[in-house]
Amino acid sequence: MIDTPSELTDGSSSKTAIVLMTRIRLARNLATMPFPGWAQPAQREEALDICRAAVVAAPQMKRSLSIDVAELSDLEKQILVERHLISRELSTSKGGSGAVINHNQAVSVMINEEDHLRIQVLRSGFQLKKAWNAINDFDSVLEEHLDYAFSSNQGYLTACPTNLGTAMRASAMMHLPALVIAGQMEKVARAVNQLGMVVRGQFGEGSDASGSIFQISNQTTLGEAEPEIIKRLGSVLSTIVDHEKNARAKLLETDSGKLLDKIGRAFGILQNSHILNSNEAMNLLSLVRLGVDLGLFPEEKRSQVDRLFIETQPGHLQYAQKGIIEPEKRDLLRASCLRSEFANFEKPASITDKN
Amino acid sequence: MANPLKCDLCDNSATVHLTQIVNSKVHKVDLCESCAQAKGVTDPSGFSLSDLLLKASLNPDQPETAVTCEQCGFTQQDFKKHGRFGCPQCYEAFSGVISTMLDTMHNGTTHTGKVPQRALARKTLYDRLTQLEGELSEAIKTERYEDAARCRDEISQAKQTHG
Repeated sequence: MIDTPSELTDGSSSKTAIVLMTRIRLARNLATMPFPGWAQPAQREEALDICRAAVVAAPQMKRSLSIDVAELSDLEKQILVERHLISRELSTSKGGSGAVINHNQAVSVMINEEDHLRIQVLRSGFQLKKAWNAINDFDSVLEEHLDYAFSSNQGYLTACPTNLGTAMRASAMMHLPALVIAGQMEKVARAVNQLGMVVRGQFGEGSDASGSIFQISNQTTLGEAEPEIIKRLGSVLSTIVDHEKNARAKLLETDSGKLLDKIGRAFGILQNSHILNSNEAMNLLSLVRLGVDLGLFPEEKRSQVDRLFIETQPGHLQYAQKGIIEPEKRDLLRASCLRSEFANFEKPASITDKN
Repeated sequence: MANPLKCDLCDNSATVHLTQIVNSKVHKVDLCESCAQAKGVTDPSGFSLSDLLLKASLNPDQPETAVTCEQCGFTQQDFKKHGRFGCPQCYEAFSGVISTMLDTMHNGTTHTGKVPQRALARKTLYDRLTQLEGELSEAIKTERYEDAARCRDEISQAKQTHG
């Protein structure tokens, strides 16, 4: 099976395998109100009411969930952050902040984060254009009811000048284990930076890259139209996908024993360990996911691993237990959850064969 | 950024020189080793050059002018402290302060992307109506009844066209 790495050569399915998720975010502000960070509490409330009314009325937000951040428990906020539905910044915001999330969690709007509106569209896999079309339509609907702060010269006006212009941040969440194992990630990050894109950990600014998951997004927002930015980002992402594929092929060619050993050990630990912190769990799951891509585990296990990436995060674990649990106990719980998930995980024949 | 040998963020001498080329436009940042490390320049999980440029341009060494946004009372000092503006009108108030920064930070200085057509049409209509209503009351005041009738027609026409 290892000798015929069909996943590596099969373009479309391995592209989906490497790009977990595409996301586009637009920042918008009301023309006549101060930005949320500078607004008085009453002004924040007023902006929240105006924005929320327009958002929930949009056809895209039928059967959506509208929440007041101040009314959420810490655990609920953490869950939303772990699902990439709200930012860490919004979760710690003072009063007068809200979020509206649609029924399948693909469209969400944060209100009174850094800007009055942060509109977000998520798509699984590599779907930048579809995500752009969806968010562009939604934005046009909102614009019918909201007077956006806009200047013909500088575009959409945002609280931070780094977002000025299109106010668009398009990004992809990428699983790049082979580049990490081969020690090439630093080089790739530097090259990506030179092309005007940013590489971050999976929870954005300041987060680490556990599980070899990286978020790559455009850095500049003024001077280029949205489709141009998306095209440029798309070609950078395709290049990274190719690099990751090459790194995988090279590892298999030159060091397959070591690679299989890593994946086999990860599988063994997930099946048998009793204490796992979230960082270690992410790294082990990442190796099993690589195993799925290489054909060592059945294809359908990829979605199970992706689900576990989220469910073994601290917030989700505690929420499942309906209460706050201290980190040591959480690690026991995480290991026990993963043991039962992996108990029925078929032992890959190829690993047994090779060893 | 006047002296290329000095770190953009502090007074130490710069040993890390970053060059970014986007659409044939060169962006440069010079940093000392400790600032480079603190900003995660050597970190494989990445760093944001634009955040760095923003902070570098907020360097207190720059000549200071006391600009305040008349709309929201935001000062240049506030901008240095927060790195964020107070309200949309701040962009006009601080245009002199940020023009160089925007040029370094972005791929251009002029927006070429999406335009909120519906919102702009609404604003154009609002501005036109305000102007016509002003003309109308002026015409009535000065007993120019023909002009007043014309204004009234134009007002109802504008309202009709834009629904």
